[in-house]
Amino acid sequence: MLNPTQAPEAGPVSAAAEAPLPGGSEITKARSLGQDAWRELRSNPIFWVSAVLLVLFLLMAAVPSLFTSTDPGHADLRNHYLGKPEWGHFFQPDWFGYNGQGQSVYARTIYGARASVIIGFCVTLGVTLVGGVIGMFAGYFGGLLDTLLSRLTDIFFGIPLLLGGMVLLQAFTHRTIWTVVLALATFGWMPLARVMRGAVITQKQADFVTAARALGAGTTRILLRHILPNTLAPVIVVATIALGGFVSTEATLSYLGIGLQSTVSWGVDISDAQNVLRDAPHVLLVPASFLSLTVLSFILLGDAVRDAFDPKLR
Amino acid sequence: MAETEKDDKAVDVTKATEAAAAPHGITEVTTVDAATEDEAVAALDAEVGSGEPILQVRNLVKHFPLTQGILFKKQVGAVKAVDGISFDLYQGETLGIVGESGCGKSTVAKLLMTLESATAGEVFYKGQDITKLSGRALRAVRRNIQMVFQDPYTSLNPRMTVGDIIGEPYEIHPEAAPKGDRRRKVQELLDVVGLNPEYLNRYPHQFSGGQRQRIGIARGLALNPEIIICDEPVSALDVSVQAQVINLMEKLQDEFNLSYIFIAHDLSIVRHISDRVGVMYLGKMAEIGTDAEIYDHPTHPYTQALLSAVPVPDPEAREGRERIILTGDVPSPANPPSGCRFRTRCWKAEDKCAKEVPLLAIPERFAGTDSLAAHESACHFAEEKDVVHA
Amino acid sequence: MTTIEKTGAEPSARVEDADGGPLLEVRDLHVEFHTRDGVAKAVNGVNYSVSAGETLAVLGESGSGKSVTAQAIMGILDMPPGKIPQGEILFRGEDMLTMAPEERRKIRGRRIAMIFQDALSALNPVLSVGYQLGEMFRVHQGLSKKDAKAKAIELMERVRIPAAKERVGDYPHQFSGGMRQRIMIAMALALEPDLIIADEPTTALDVTVQAQVMDLLAELQREYNMGLILITHDLGVVADVADKIAVMYAGRIVETAPVHELYKRPAHPYTKGLLDSIPRLDHKGQELYAIKGLPPNLLKIPTGCAFNPRCPKAQDICTTEVPALAAVAEQDGTELPGRGSACHFWKETIHG
Repeated sequence: MLNPTQAPEAGPVSAAAEAPLPGGSEITKARSLGQDAWRELRSNPIFWVSAVLLVLFLLMAAVPSLFTSTDPGHADLRNHYLGKPEWGHFFQPDWFGYNGQGQSVYARTIYGARASVIIGFCVTLGVTLVGGVIGMFAGYFGGLLDTLLSRLTDIFFGIPLLLGGMVLLQAFTHRTIWTVVLALATFGWMPLARVMRGAVITQKQADFVTAARALGAGTTRILLRHILPNTLAPVIVVATIALGGFVSTEATLSYLGIGLQSTVSWGVDISDAQNVLRDAPHVLLVPASFLSLTVLSFILLGDAVRDAFDPKLR
Repeated sequence: MAETEKDDKAVDVTKATEAAAAPHGITEVTTVDAATEDEAVAALDAEVGSGEPILQVRNLVKHFPLTQGILFKKQVGAVKAVDGISFDLYQGETLGIVGESGCGKSTVAKLLMTLESATAGEVFYKGQDITKLSGRALRAVRRNIQMVFQDPYTSLNPRMTVGDIIGEPYEIHPEAAPKGDRRRKVQELLDVVGLNPEYLNRYPHQFSGGQRQRIGIARGLALNPEIIICDEPVSALDVSVQAQVINLMEKLQDEFNLSYIFIAHDLSIVRHISDRVGVMYLGKMAEIGTDAEIYDHPTHPYTQALLSAVPVPDPEAREGRERIILTGDVPSPANPPSGCRFRTRCWKAEDKCAKEVPLLAIPERFAGTDSLAAHESACHFAEEKDVVHA
Repeated sequence: MTTIEKTGAEPSARVEDADGGPLLEVRDLHVEFHTRDGVAKAVNGVNYSVSAGETLAVLGESGSGKSVTAQAIMGILDMPPGKIPQGEILFRGEDMLTMAPEERRKIRGRRIAMIFQDALSALNPVLSVGYQLGEMFRVHQGLSKKDAKAKAIELMERVRIPAAKERVGDYPHQFSGGMRQRIMIAMALALEPDLIIADEPTTALDVTVQAQVMDLLAELQREYNMGLILITHDLGVVADVADKIAVMYAGRIVETAPVHELYKRPAHPYTKGLLDSIPRLDHKGQELYAIKGLPPNLLKIPTGCAFNPRCPKAQDICTTEVPALAAVAEQDGTELPGRGSACHFWKETIHG
């Protein structure tokens, strides 16, 4: 394969500069860092495993009727009390057996995904916004504002997420998905604030930010155009991993009885199942496995995304 | 042009040393007192004749406070990064500033760009002190003084395309943007710096170091500035690419009538590109003069040591040269030596050097002579010594 | 092997190897990196040798393969993605690439030591300098803590660190750049190796300190009669200390020559271009000569001579045939000892 003549013969300066980038067609196209990360992700099997699982869980949450036609609330105590799973009956109500009230464990698990997924996503969205803004202001403006915001972050860090959530939720007599979201977001934004603050401080010192300041760019432009896009990668990674944590915390709260009420949820089902653990372990194990698979998928996805964005691995 | 300026200057300096009041009487500053913002902007956009001073720096000081404590910070000292320097930049010339790391040369660049606020002193751009400007007048200054950075890998936003990077100055200064097609103008700029105009939509990481530096230069040119401050613009580049970029910068200077302040540690490159050169040591200007004055007739011992230490790519020229090997390291700028700052490493140092700060002026023994040694040098015992030629 | 007459002011210790052979010999070394975008051929058949007491400068730009070769010698290449598909690295006649890992470890550090560009990241920040220096003696020679410390102080004095006794307990960040580089040199010297590989040892330092460190390195080398491989991109630094020079481009050696010869009469257009493109301190020139184009992409090295797209002398043959490193001779045919050029037109380059 012949190398194309790289530098056209012309004047000393401009021609000298003008060697087209070697490397052929794929480099002649514009490739952003995001596109590079996507290329990296595509070749990572872990990404695909976690992505497929997550799509499945999202589908369950969005259209549970796709997976089962059984009503999760339908109880048939006489016929199905703690019915054993029929592992061969795929997608049938008795696939994973029945619980202590004669409800289909399969149907309940499918419908339980919705609470977990909604809470996971909403809390993550909330903490990313709250933590991101706090971290960005603390990191960019520094000084007294940073000191105050950082100490505030430290104080909240002192409160365990679960404990804080419990105390706050006690105040509500009627608890819906949204109260749980509020409680978890209130005590869960700190890691995001920290990551954002660190990333902003790093980017703030970058030469291209100095260059923008030298051009006379205002604070808004510097923050939104130069700093924010360069801090997204670490924030996305931390947020993805945190999402898993929120899902499991929600389940824990529901298990403890101070989370969701009268909603189908993995946490509530796990909580109910502990009474019959000896007689029918499947009642507990099935929602528990779905829960840990969801959490695991998010953590794996976060890892894969981090690897893709890490330029050192390129 | 710079030569004739120097003669006037020489007279000024002798007067100044006699008066002993004004430490460095370089050219006189004709200040412009603008009553309104409009007047200020108009004065800043006025033309300056070739060879006239365009930038006049007077007693510029920057101290970075050293603080202790977490919530209540108290100052425990200061890093004297720049400690009273004065110099002029003439229209159309290149002023080189050399010195070792920690001498304050990069801080000077930031001060001139108003990226840092000066602790004391003035920077007169066309007669107005830019350290005191704000609002539209400051924006006008920012338009006219641009910067090229050292590291082409960090000075371009990795998330923006080349077109967005070079076009950003127009978004920030819409008043200076070309009427009509901005994209076309950006492509023209790419062509001017020797890059393919088709590269508009690519991202910085798709380019090599030398090409990225060209993008940085194109960004600096976008607003048609008068002064470009170059902070080590080629030191991060490969040897074979450095010459390309240096040649490009010289070409652009002629084409766009630019004045450069060229900050670098590589003395050979500075000599090549500069009309005049200032040597900095620990926040002070040790010596300043035309390139021949500094390189062929240095009178400050630090300049002599610096020049003699430069490795010359010619083993034979090397052997005949005298080398002055300095002992020790540069002292901390937080706690600089009393008197002359160079005295702790100087082989000529005497008691006087610890007590009296030497002024930057033409040494008395050379004053009034035609010798090229008659240029400003801040040494009590200035004497000529050729360390460059074998 | 050709021996090179050392000319110039500095009398270097002459090569007096007992077995007569070179200390280190690299033969037809290839190194490649397997990346997502393809195979980057970093080193493509490098040959060089160093004898005791001799300084070989390997000159090249980023991506020329100069550091990768050194890393292959030291056995510190990341494999994967790195791979050595071909070649030999002979240390005192033994191939280090086929050696048992245990034996190779014995050579590394003890017989061959390396000095890096960035001393701050090469030293452990949480251990005192004295501890890190002493560690060499404790691990390799089994000295007691006290003796090791004494040895560390001795070494620090050896590299002329002032007040070594007081500073032996200090941490790396408490030293200046020049002093840290001295500590790195002390560490490399600790076990009195036969060969030191210095990768851009003074690039990060200021000129006045650069001179001090280079002088120290040259002096110690003479004293211990070590071989020294100096890897650099700076033609000035090389001129000072090297005996012979190997110029690398795109993973190949394009020219070898004794140091004086190279500067006086380069025999490869790339070397010539480099020399012409650096401004001079002692006089002000006109426009600089600039080598056109860019250093090659290692994923796609031009066919034939890798320099052909940037070469002013390039002809058709340059795009098809890889030029071998040929011996360079005078116009009358007398061979110039130690000189070689990988250019189809070396005659025109050196004599024309």
